Amino acid sequence: MSPSRRKPQDSVRTKQAVTKVTKFQCREAGNQSPMPERMRHLLGIEQLDQRQIIAILEQAESFLGVLKRPIPVVPALRGKTIVNLFFEPSTRTATSFALAANRLSAQCVNFSHGTSAVRKGETLLDTAKNLEAMRVDGVVVRHSMPGAPHFLARRLKTFVVNAGDGCHEHPTQALLDAFTLRQRLGDLAGKKVLLVGDIAHSRVARSNILCFARLGCRVAVCGPPTMMPRYVEQLGCEVFYQLDRILFEVDVVNMLRVQTERISSSAFPSVREYRMLYGLTRERLAKLDQNVVITHPGPVNWGVEMDFEVSELPQALILHQVTNGVAVRMAVLYLLAGGGTVAE
Amino acid sequence: MKGPRVTAEEVRALVVRLAREISHRNQGVGDLAMVGIKRRGVPLARRLAELVSRGRRTKIPVGAMDITLYRDDLQLVAETPIVRGSEIGFDLNGRTVVLVDDVIFTGRTARAALSELLDFGRPRSIQLAVLIDRGHRELPIQPDFTGRILKTARDDLVDICLVEEDGRDGVYVTRR
Repeated sequence: MSPSRRKPQDSVRTKQAVTKVTKFQCREAGNQSPMPERMRHLLGIEQLDQRQIIAILEQAESFLGVLKRPIPVVPALRGKTIVNLFFEPSTRTATSFALAANRLSAQCVNFSHGTSAVRKGETLLDTAKNLEAMRVDGVVVRHSMPGAPHFLARRLKTFVVNAGDGCHEHPTQALLDAFTLRQRLGDLAGKKVLLVGDIAHSRVARSNILCFARLGCRVAVCGPPTMMPRYVEQLGCEVFYQLDRILFEVDVVNMLRVQTERISSSAFPSVREYRMLYGLTRERLAKLDQNVVITHPGPVNWGVEMDFEVSELPQALILHQVTNGVAVRMAVLYLLAGGGTVAE
Repeated sequence: MKGPRVTAEEVRALVVRLAREISHRNQGVGDLAMVGIKRRGVPLARRLAELVSRGRRTKIPVGAMDITLYRDDLQLVAETPIVRGSEIGFDLNGRTVVLVDDVIFTGRTARAALSELLDFGRPRSIQLAVLIDRGHRELPIQPDFTGRILKTARDDLVDICLVEEDGRDGVYVTRR
């Protein structure tokens, strides 16, 4: 077959095989990409293997150092533009991504669905195509439809980061949870992690189960049967329905938010009963080992998933998770937008 | 591999001479600090600090800097480089800082290091010390202290080996 008649995928493969050696690589031979294959998008934990997860977490470690500097800004992504495309309300994630971009000297444009042409009937693809025509480098997308970021990733030339798609995945939350736990507990291999609550409607749950399992943790989930997805154990976790049977055997308790906006009222009889059966109540706290680490992706429904007393405990890492979120998102943006000439 | 262009003994002698020159220029300066550029600038900075502080009462603090995030050619690098992080555990304000690197080539690393250093604080002055100057500068940057000038072709590979990182001292030049 003549070179001009090669199939498109052949030319892609050939392009990928070419490694461009630069002065910079010569200077530091060990300074190579931590990724076995360079990430093109971050759509879910499902696409990442253990080595890639650890590489992102190690990058985040050095970015945490940047955040502690007197001037916490570095010029790494100067000239890049990132759009925060949030079709659902968000405080933490949207701000965290915007800050991460700013700390890397990228420009960040926040898109709010409430004031956009989406209200006039513009489709997701139209919105994205228009943004791409404005020559942005990356899109951070949150959407109520599972798979929306994957849909965009297949159609856009820019990189796409999933900031939460329906009940499917929220990869950066899982990465920042893993980062926070590694900070406190060191290597996570062999640690027992329990996710409590609304497993079925939580995108955090799915990403966290996959992420913790890939890092070698023993993962268990616990929640009401109405909030437990079928075949959840196939993600690599044990399933429990009674909190007190498993709570006192674990190293980490990852409480999940009851997704009141996504569930019908029949999922549990009353908030009071949910708190009694699955909440981290004062009584349960009194019995819990003080070394057990408590996390929550936020926002917390105080008095439902956990009593307010938890926030005052030293082993509650909720605000550490928020701080670490910026470092982890800096690492993700840097890895996706950093090296510009890798074959696509 | 061909023999070294600069032998282990010569490397050690160059470091001693660099330390003497730094010491001479900064006589009576109690606020001296060394910052090594990762990776091989760091052990060099440690050696220099040790030699310069000999006979002085104060110990010279040593920091380490990763300039990856400050490079202006990140877009030209084929793969995203690992960021190793910078550790400067002392206040830079008002100090005389000696920036240390193993080799100076285009000058872009030194420029990036200067930018990063100024984000950590406002030193009184910054001096640049390098073990090897291999020429081919692209920016108007000249070291204050140079161990040796090596004549190299632009695409030659210059490997600086240090005991701390590589188990031996020596400078090797490979023709491509």
